[in-house]
Amino acid sequence: MELLKKYPKLFQWLFLLVVFFALCFAIDVPETYKFIRGQAEFVKDPNQSTYIIFGKEVRYYAFDNFWRLPPLLGWLPIWVNDSLFFLLNEWMPMEFWNEDTQEYKTRPLVLQITRNITAFMTFLIEFIREILLGGVETVVAFTSWDWLDKNPWAELPGLPWTIVAAGAAILGYKLSGKGLAIFAGLIMIYISVFGQWKPSMQTLSFILVAAPLSFIFGLCLGIMAYKSKRVEKALYPILLVMQTMPQYAVLVPAMVLFGIGDHAAVIITMVVAIPPMILLTILGLRAVPSEVIEAGKMSGCTNWQLMFKVLIPTARRDILIGVNQVIMVCFSMAVIAAFIGAKGLGWNLLLALNQLNIGLALEAGLCISLIAILLDKMSLAWANKQTDYFGNLTFFQRYKNTLFFAGAVLIGVILAYVGSFLFKDSFNYFNEVPHNKGISTADFWNKGVDWIWDTFFQTLKIFNTWLITEVLQPMRALYLRMPAVATLVLVVGAGYIVGGIRSAFTVGGLALFIALSPWWDRALVTAYMATFGVIASCIIGLTVGTLCQQNKYTTNFMLAVCDIFQTFPSFVYLIPVMMLFGVTDTSVLIAVIVYATIPATRYTIEGLRSVPTALHDAATMSGVTKLQRLINIEFPVALPHIMLGVNQTIVFALFMVIIGAFIGTEDLGQYILKALSDKKGGGKGLILGICVAFIALIFDNLIRTWVEKRKKHLGIA
Amino acid sequence: MNDAVIKCESVYKIFGTNAKKMLQEANGNVDAKKFQENGCIVGVNNASFEVSKGEMLVVMGLSGSGKSTLLRCISRLTDATDGKIYIEGQDLLSLKNKELIELRRNKMGMVFQSFALLPHKTVLENIAFPLQIKGIKTEDSINKAMDMVKLVGLDGRENYFPRELSGGQQQRVGIARSLAVEPDIWFLDEPFSALDPLIRKEMQDEFLRLQEKLKKTIMFITHDFDEALKLADRIAIMKDGVIEQLDTPAKIVLNPATDYVKKFTEEVPREKVLVIEDVMDVPSNDNLSDLKVSKDEIIENVAEKILTQEKSVGVTDKNNKIVGTVHPSKIIHTVFGGRKNNN
Repeated sequence: MELLKKYPKLFQWLFLLVVFFALCFAIDVPETYKFIRGQAEFVKDPNQSTYIIFGKEVRYYAFDNFWRLPPLLGWLPIWVNDSLFFLLNEWMPMEFWNEDTQEYKTRPLVLQITRNITAFMTFLIEFIREILLGGVETVVAFTSWDWLDKNPWAELPGLPWTIVAAGAAILGYKLSGKGLAIFAGLIMIYISVFGQWKPSMQTLSFILVAAPLSFIFGLCLGIMAYKSKRVEKALYPILLVMQTMPQYAVLVPAMVLFGIGDHAAVIITMVVAIPPMILLTILGLRAVPSEVIEAGKMSGCTNWQLMFKVLIPTARRDILIGVNQVIMVCFSMAVIAAFIGAKGLGWNLLLALNQLNIGLALEAGLCISLIAILLDKMSLAWANKQTDYFGNLTFFQRYKNTLFFAGAVLIGVILAYVGSFLFKDSFNYFNEVPHNKGISTADFWNKGVDWIWDTFFQTLKIFNTWLITEVLQPMRALYLRMPAVATLVLVVGAGYIVGGIRSAFTVGGLALFIALSPWWDRALVTAYMATFGVIASCIIGLTVGTLCQQNKYTTNFMLAVCDIFQTFPSFVYLIPVMMLFGVTDTSVLIAVIVYATIPATRYTIEGLRSVPTALHDAATMSGVTKLQRLINIEFPVALPHIMLGVNQTIVFALFMVIIGAFIGTEDLGQYILKALSDKKGGGKGLILGICVAFIALIFDNLIRTWVEKRKKHLGIA
Repeated sequence: MNDAVIKCESVYKIFGTNAKKMLQEANGNVDAKKFQENGCIVGVNNASFEVSKGEMLVVMGLSGSGKSTLLRCISRLTDATDGKIYIEGQDLLSLKNKELIELRRNKMGMVFQSFALLPHKTVLENIAFPLQIKGIKTEDSINKAMDMVKLVGLDGRENYFPRELSGGQQQRVGIARSLAVEPDIWFLDEPFSALDPLIRKEMQDEFLRLQEKLKKTIMFITHDFDEALKLADRIAIMKDGVIEQLDTPAKIVLNPATDYVKKFTEEVPREKVLVIEDVMDVPSNDNLSDLKVSKDEIIENVAEKILTQEKSVGVTDKNNKIVGTVHPSKIIHTVFGGRKNNN
């Protein structure tokens, strides 16, 4: 009783749990729903029911409504699909001039618009790609194939790799100094020598198109949201869902609208990359001190001048951090977009993984990781670079980087020319090292994998079997054993206890949406995998974070490690786990744990570090031991921040679980993957993605509400 | 008064959603507590005053007294809820956006507590900023800005960035920027509050020197009563949005209008604030001592001489004409006498 008085919420939680378990035991598992060896499976059921809603036929298994809610929203994906189809093929037919056939043709408006966007994007990508690699498409775009046949010399030559490498080094020097210059140069040389030049440049050209466009759109929308409350309110929910939606779920509707290929990938990348840009723009503009704005106004700025001469330059750093985010999202999308046919490193990686050629996959993955680190370092250096004063520099000092680059171009061209004589009979290695003609380490890695399998097969297999039969399957069965009503009660109750009626309604609504969709069981499987991953990640992250935080050097080291690992596109994590554990659930879960441990560790370190030194000293002076201080002072104060880390961990874990579908899981991700290869999968993919986003948002809402309350309570809001 | 540069007539600023409606219902009788219960915060409550050309009005009040809000109403950084504000006879609240920008570009300058410099521009560029906003050619604006740099004594640092300057130097830039367009009206919002005491004193002296030369019409906001006494031609003391008293420093020290004002004046060393004129009596035909003092002398400087006399001392004006007398006992009374009942 004393305990209850001290923690009034404890009673509410206990009550909620009692109700939950009571419901679980009260509602029987229907006979048509069987657990086979701990695995819940649908049994072919002659009683399959159908119903018709909004003119759509929806099939479902007739269970007790307490056990599983009927999929009342089953019409939604079909409806989305039909609307897309209608928009694309039937709505507003108009006459359009066709260049090729030289006549007017009737086409639906939306189809024409998407075609035009597609053509524009394709042109942009090809243009940049051909600057880097050479080609004829751009010339053709301005003339015709016939013209080209008559003028075979008209071809963009493509920059020799030496020039691009030198350019990267000079850019690195300009942004941060010698260190970054050497790093950039070495990475470029590595890419070239190991024969990854072409796919790397394809990926790079993809980013060079997607990132600037995302930046412009994101900045504009961010400014609009900053200026008008109404725009912000309208954007906010979309931003929230986009931030938690697995990147690869958005691929599906994009494929329906824009087809397959680089252009569709760029467009969908923009859709994913714009939200963080908007958020950081708003954040940065909000952070401009009010007195600076007033100073601008009192100088007589018009609204336009105030925005572009005062607000944006003052918020420069935050906006450039947004650019960093945009670049990183673009890069990770460039890899994932291989699923809808984007060329480049991701494509090679996907091919290699499909053939289970771990060596090739590792090579591509290593390249991806290196480029990711380079892009991250460069854009961060740009954000942190202070403006310099140029007024009193000489001509040479002012333009030395440009001059150096001009010199590099000259030398590169000469080298390439010399190379054309030197390597007369084979490839011109000074111009471009062709794919797979560079040094390849794939064989070495493949042998390594074989060795690992030969040596540790038994051990790994025993561990694998144990994990699956003793931990994963029972856990999965437990999750599936939860009646839908009991789960909903649990979610709503948690919402009410944490954040009152408002929160209860929000999380309840989100959960209800999933429960009414046809994929509740799959969502439970996703939830189970994510839960396992999150728990493991949190335990590891908390421990490692706390241990590292005891010492300044280990702290900095760990943060640097987190930085590096965070830049890797999530897809890359699948390579080493497949190498070790093959194609099983264990592989996915280990990838999830590795990936999701990053935010858990980082936030733990940051949280503990943010404990005020005064508090620290005060505790030490009252004579606590290290452990007492940790438990009584540091953890309670740092807990809100650590919980934000847990929130991130959940989002990361969900992302990875969904991508894990590639290895072969049975959750929502698998259905998304299936939707990708389904011509009518657009609506399905979108709704599935929203389901995943909603799972994340339920936890996001609960944790954020709790954190805000807690912070207010501790007075550190 | 026609030469009033700034003129306020019962200005109200009330924050909250239905501030306007509540103000109308209150009918001029604004009770801050009652408003607060209804979710409105009273920033400025019925402020009326004038500032004439070349005068420095210091608005003194503690944090939350509405002094900054009042300044922002007059510079129209926020719109007053009710009342009239005239700048050189122009009705400020009826100005269109374009006219307002024009007014700010040519007539107003403002200095901020946190300096509010643009971090991406050098000292020179910061100072030239208002000029360039106006559309003045880069070369001319840079020349003009260079003059300003010299005026505030920052020569040699014109190519520094704000992050490379100390607080005092940053505020010099702020001052130079606000003066770059040669405004007639100068607003200063706690310009020296963020500075160390020693630097603050230095900046105050510098500021007085500048004002001696420039003779701007000034509204100066501060929470420091000593600063107000040192700088002001007239002081307005604010509390909870109301101007409690508006008068010359001497009159406020000698005649605090309310208990609140008295709390500030009690600790003030009067001999350092008052001049002979403030305490002298009307000239009489009593026989005076040989000593004569000017009416503009601060008491502290002449007290010793006066106190050695037995008879009253004659007070002279600039033309050496006797305009009053001071008896030594008056000096003693002023400096050491009971604080409750003066004059």
